[in-house]
Amino acid sequence: MNRISLLLAATAVLTIASPSALAAQPGSALLDTYHAAAMKEEPGFRDFSARRGEQFFHAKHGDTSCASCHTDNPKAGGKHAKTGKAIEPLAPVANAKRLSDAAKVEKWFKRNCNDVLQRACTAREKGDFVAWLVSVK
Amino acid sequence: MKTLFSLILSLALGSTAALAESDNKYGGENRGKPVLPSQSNHLWKQECGSCHMAFAPGLLPAASWRKVMSGLDKHFGADASLTPEENREITAFLVSNASNRWRAPTAPLRITETAWFQHKHRELAPAIWKRATVKGPANCAACHPGADQGDFNEHRVRIPR
Repeated sequence: MNRISLLLAATAVLTIASPSALAAQPGSALLDTYHAAAMKEEPGFRDFSARRGEQFFHAKHGDTSCASCHTDNPKAGGKHAKTGKAIEPLAPVANAKRLSDAAKVEKWFKRNCNDVLQRACTAREKGDFVAWLVSVK
Repeated sequence: MKTLFSLILSLALGSTAALAESDNKYGGENRGKPVLPSQSNHLWKQECGSCHMAFAPGLLPAASWRKVMSGLDKHFGADASLTPEENREITAFLVSNASNRWRAPTAPLRITETAWFQHKHRELAPAIWKRATVKGPANCAACHPGADQGDFNEHRVRIPR
């Protein structure tokens, strides 16, 4: 048991410490986290869907959607609807910094889900969205 | 009583005019000097500058910054919440570098509501704020190219067409 947990810890350290592994699969650690959370939230949960993530991104809630600030194209830069300040592209293929900092991703999900949906997003919604972003080529 | 004493003292020293001017300028709602300390704060610049320009601490009094920073979950209609650690660090930076020339008991949330701001911009036609190149009075850098360095010098103002 001890040896297994040691091995697991070592694997985790290697995964975090290896920049090439992160560069190869942006958002993979995030997806693992959201997957585990979604399993807890929904007993029948199987897997994330990039297609659902795309629909979520474009869905209107009143006058606003995610695309109101980020534009319809995740590879394009957007601008803040109120201040006009430039927003860098969301898709990692267009902006390598995206999805590389889990705390930052969570910070913006909290803020933007509150602003657009007036509630927190579920783990499934977050995972679907991340799955879609990494699928954009 | 203390005020009376200092008034008499300054009368005696012949500096009433200077004292009254610095205390009552803009009804006591004056921005600080400098508006931005030479020692800036990385977290302030990064976090306060992600949706709008990071507004310099000296533009408002300490009481205003405390109010702003304690209501970030509803920040002018948007959720701008930070972690408690980030909030503490940024609040400390804002409060310790807040306006050092504010004398009024007021604590506005908007820089545009302050007496100094309104006085300084009184000659501007309202239509100028509405220009696409200006985007409104919160976008300092539209006309003050050095705004992010705390430079609001009148001689360097360029109002875009």
